[in-house]
Amino acid sequence: MNFKTKTFIAALALAASGLAPAQQSLLNVSYDVAREFYKDINAAFVPYYKKTTGKDVKIEQSHAGSSAQARAVADGLDADVVTMNTTTDIEFLAEKGVVAKDWAKRFPDNAAPTSSTMLFLVRNGNPKGVKDWDDLIKPGVQVVVVNPKTGGNGRYAYLAAWGYVRKKGGTDAQAQEFLTKLYKNVPVLARGGRDATTAFLQRNTGDVLVTFESEVESVNKEFGANKVDVVYPSVSIVAENPVAVVERTVAKKGTADLAKAYLNFLYSDEGQEIAAKHSIRPRSQAVLKKYPDTFKPIKLFTVQELFGSLSEAQKVHFNDGGQFDKIYTVK
Amino acid sequence: MAGAAASLAAPLPAAAAPGRGGSKKVLPGFNLTLGYTLLYLSLIVLIPLSALVFKTFTLTGAQFWDAISSPRVLASYRLTFGASFAAAVVNVVFGLLVAWVLVRYSFPGKRIVDALVDLPFALPTAVAGISLTALLAGNGWIGQYLEPLGIKLAFNPNGVVIALIFIGLPFVVRTVQPVLEDTERELEEAAMSLGATRWQTFSKVIFPSIAPALLTGFAMAFARAVGEYGSVIFIAGNMPMVSEITPLIIIGKLEQYDYAGATAVAVVMLVISFILLLVINGLQVWQRRRSGAA
Repeated sequence: MNFKTKTFIAALALAASGLAPAQQSLLNVSYDVAREFYKDINAAFVPYYKKTTGKDVKIEQSHAGSSAQARAVADGLDADVVTMNTTTDIEFLAEKGVVAKDWAKRFPDNAAPTSSTMLFLVRNGNPKGVKDWDDLIKPGVQVVVVNPKTGGNGRYAYLAAWGYVRKKGGTDAQAQEFLTKLYKNVPVLARGGRDATTAFLQRNTGDVLVTFESEVESVNKEFGANKVDVVYPSVSIVAENPVAVVERTVAKKGTADLAKAYLNFLYSDEGQEIAAKHSIRPRSQAVLKKYPDTFKPIKLFTVQELFGSLSEAQKVHFNDGGQFDKIYTVK
Repeated sequence: MAGAAASLAAPLPAAAAPGRGGSKKVLPGFNLTLGYTLLYLSLIVLIPLSALVFKTFTLTGAQFWDAISSPRVLASYRLTFGASFAAAVVNVVFGLLVAWVLVRYSFPGKRIVDALVDLPFALPTAVAGISLTALLAGNGWIGQYLEPLGIKLAFNPNGVVIALIFIGLPFVVRTVQPVLEDTERELEEAAMSLGATRWQTFSKVIFPSIAPALLTGFAMAFARAVGEYGSVIFIAGNMPMVSEITPLIIIGKLEQYDYAGATAVAVVMLVISFILLLVINGLQVWQRRRSGAA
């Protein structure tokens, strides 16, 4: 008798007897590349929850593109919690009334237990001598990035480059000019982070890949260490990974406490350690300092500092007819 | 979703079997079956598609026009319909060739070749896209010899056409094959014995009988290509104004949570596809009348 049949029979028995279910389950709907990270989190959370509350719990995961997942939840996918890689995806759910309007204040650090940043991967030995953002607009340097229209990774790359110009004291107009030059050096606009990695490593497209710091670990695991060098630019952006409880679902399933406990666990030392092992920046300074090789010090700025919020940036830069479109349509 | 909707083109009737008068009711039960047909079509095709159209009503006319006529979107229509058309044309020529060989000759391994033709039907399109890119990219098995010659087949519109040829091939082969099997060799022999050259035999005898099926195959390959997403995005490069396909534009609009804009573009695709399929259907009718299929 396999597990599925067992649960089915158990469910039948429960339905017949009308008892409350013995085991709660929680669905974490998350973004594409966080699969491995949450597998480890779940493996650690289940015993932790058992220890603290005495309850058995089953955690289920669902992963796809961040915005696609947000749309699925809005359309009725019964997630208890959403763990995304762009705040706009949770903003959208808040507008729809699926998560609390003040979701960002419900948990510490803007409700983002972890963050990442954008950096460069170059071919082994850095043959083109890429050191900073300026090197990306040189003639003859080919840069692989994600299309900001279709992936959060691409939006952060764009904003990081924009912020670099502003941080050097440049104006918005100069930033626009810089970005135009940068995208002239882009041979392929990947659809998502994984596509970009594939294009760069498997197809040998381009000299530089601009991607999340958290991708570095998966690249090394997937393609073997020493295929690429990691280059930290002089300045980059904080990419927050926000989380929220899906009020609509927890009200229905009665899982509010479990959902809160799960998200709080991400902030615990244990949760932060697991994040660090996956090259995702922990918010805890103590844990961050334990991994100096993974997280080299880098000057970071936040989206709020330069763009107001990610939603603002979305309106100005990435929506149809915004600054990004102008780069390609204004000749 | 929108991509899938656009590829939901109803298959066209292949060459009608001769000798079936349409007006005489031979079988009873017409009303019942028609009722079922309409119900089924409504549930499967019409209701989802009308939902799509209704979604666009949340836009004002001006917004709708903006959504469907920005330069990037226009460029994507050109690429999607142009590449689909080119791919369908190539498929008609080579699909006919493949079908001809499969029908007229027997050779060792014929069964395997026959099965191979269906593979593009069965393969997840993303797999097709990834393997084609692996072959044709600058460091791929084939690409590495072509790039130095200045022939780029990946990450540009050429790649799009190649991917669409790949997924469209079975449509042409499978629609032409049965018709070719049914064409009588005696007709050809008669033509030959009456002194027709090979070309005349093909153009005057064989071609008219298979033309409707070829058109059907063309239409299906074309319609399928218009809605294709999975295989193309891996090989296109997805550069705005150059190699973005319309389904990618739709996905991009969804990423901005612009549901209405996405459906507006989808509706445009749907309307264009429908008009083109109607035209091809009309061509078939005309062709059948001309070749005198009774």
